[in-house]
Amino acid sequence: MSRVTSFLRQPIVVALALIVLLLYLGALLSPGFASGAQILRLLIVASLLGIVAAGQNVVILGGREGIDLSVGGVVSLSAIIAGNVMNGADIGILPAIAACLVAGAFFGLLNGLGITLLRIPPLVMTLGMLGVLQGLLVVIRMGIPSGQAAPALSRFVTQPLFLSVPGIIWLWVAIGILMAFMLNRTVFGHRIYAIGSNEHAAYMAGVPVRLMRIALFMISGMFAAVAGLCLLGYSGSSFANVGEQYTLTSIIAVVFGGTSLAGGKGGYTGTMAGAFLLVILQGILTTVNIDESGRQMVFGATLLLLMMFYGRGRAMRA
Amino acid sequence: MAEIATSPTYRRAGGLRRLLERYPFLPALAIVLVLLALNGIFSPNSLSYRSLTGLLSTYMALILLAIAQTYVVYAGDIDLSAGSILSLVNVAIIVLMERWGGGAGAVLLALAIGLLLGLACGLVNGLVVAALRLQAIVATFATSIFFTGLALYILPVAGTPAPTIFWRTYGGRLLGLPFVFYILVGLVVLLAVLSRTRLATQLLAVGDDQQAAYQTGLPVVAIRIRGYLLCGLFSALAAFCITGDTASGDPLVGGKMTLFSVAAVVLGGSALSGGWGTVVGSLLGALTIGLISSVVFFMGTPSEWQNFVQGLAILVVLMAGVLAGRRARP
Repeated sequence: MSRVTSFLRQPIVVALALIVLLLYLGALLSPGFASGAQILRLLIVASLLGIVAAGQNVVILGGREGIDLSVGGVVSLSAIIAGNVMNGADIGILPAIAACLVAGAFFGLLNGLGITLLRIPPLVMTLGMLGVLQGLLVVIRMGIPSGQAAPALSRFVTQPLFLSVPGIIWLWVAIGILMAFMLNRTVFGHRIYAIGSNEHAAYMAGVPVRLMRIALFMISGMFAAVAGLCLLGYSGSSFANVGEQYTLTSIIAVVFGGTSLAGGKGGYTGTMAGAFLLVILQGILTTVNIDESGRQMVFGATLLLLMMFYGRGRAMRA
Repeated sequence: MAEIATSPTYRRAGGLRRLLERYPFLPALAIVLVLLALNGIFSPNSLSYRSLTGLLSTYMALILLAIAQTYVVYAGDIDLSAGSILSLVNVAIIVLMERWGGGAGAVLLALAIGLLLGLACGLVNGLVVAALRLQAIVATFATSIFFTGLALYILPVAGTPAPTIFWRTYGGRLLGLPFVFYILVGLVVLLAVLSRTRLATQLLAVGDDQQAAYQTGLPVVAIRIRGYLLCGLFSALAAFCITGDTASGDPLVGGKMTLFSVAAVVLGGSALSGGWGTVVGSLLGALTIGLISSVVFFMGTPSEWQNFVQGLAILVVLMAGVLAGRRARP
């Protein structure tokens, strides 16, 4: 019996149950919501969020109040860089990918250096970096046009690629498998959990804590950059601050996936479910016919309600 | 990493260090003075009585919001909904004042209701974070979405003007002195009183070590809720100031201010991990943010570069604030 309850209390089981419940609810509210085509559309949107959340996830797992508030800025920056490098031509896709990854890694590196060398709290460092990135976006936007997505990139994101599923969803699945492998089977992954649950012990055991933390923020920047690139493919052209919405939603996706904000506990498979859950919720709210104000109130209240299922803090005990 | 490997050393406090321990907001004050000097160099006119009054009335809302944020940060919490509480109170009082005719009585009654609304929002935050034990960052983000929805329900589009009596008073003079000066004096008195209350000490105790505070017998949950109540109250006061400054209602006016309020708290030398901080520092931190944008403007920075230079400058002073704040800690 207790084995059954402990299985049912696993965050990923909770998330999957909620996904089924919400899809059912969505189908009740608007017929066809849970159809295959519609679910694929939701999965495309979820994969964009999920890719950002992958980086957010490793930063949070690394502990010491790890959080990356600059991801939204990196997503926007990457979308505009990609748009200008490829400028509507397929030949520019590879250079665009390279440029985005370099930019994402660069800002992640800056975050990581500030956090480890100067010991600035991650929240402060990445918040400041977000301001810098938003300013940079204004500068870039004044100087050059926003750029166009290459047709092949748009097809990759929006059109079926293999088994009538778009390429970006396959990419997301691949990232999911890669993350699960990295976190569970590699030394690097185990070290993430080690520094996240007890930094001092990890340091004593010879884990290069500073290098690890810098690497985590670079990974986060690069995932955000990949998401920005895909976002460009999704919308065709980039517009001001497209990435802004991802900053806090990526954190919520991680929390809904059962990863503790305290670090050291959780994984990416749950985060994928969390991202999908969040996107379904938003999808339902856009299909039902209510005002923007009502939509926001229901969204906020539902988020609070869902949080009740996850990692609530312990009650104080003497 | 050395600080982890070695045991902490307790050196005798030197003169400067002792001064910092006693007045942890000194670095923030120094930054404000430097920025004022820079302002004066680039545009001597910007140090005039009139310009400084203007600066104060524009940034009074951010000052109050930063102070609101400080009380929850004391206890190691954070409130990402402070800006949306500000928006909500802003549109609520605007609509009420308009509906009740815009006379002096209507204004005062609307302000009283605005305060209650701020307190109610603070109570909601306190309950979900402290009583339901949800994580502060994500829970207050969720409530911020809810509050924004409520603000949009009250006033779907920006624009309803404030009654003349309201913004004339805020931007005007009383007994020959600008009205914001009285607000500042009132604020300083209020902060001085609050800092002598048990609550301020209790919030810091909870932020310093929650478990220890609990074992000492402090009602940790109730204290954290009171911190959020204070935050809601000051967010409402901030809303009054922004209403006086912009003279209109805007359901999204505070959205961008939340993160600035967090930045101002850090600039003031308070620790986001809780247990250490000053409200005076946050006040100076908010002024720093205002002065930076003014310096960037007066320096003659090309308009498209202004946000970038401002972002960079804020990042630099944020780092300085953290480093100086750590120096100051006993």
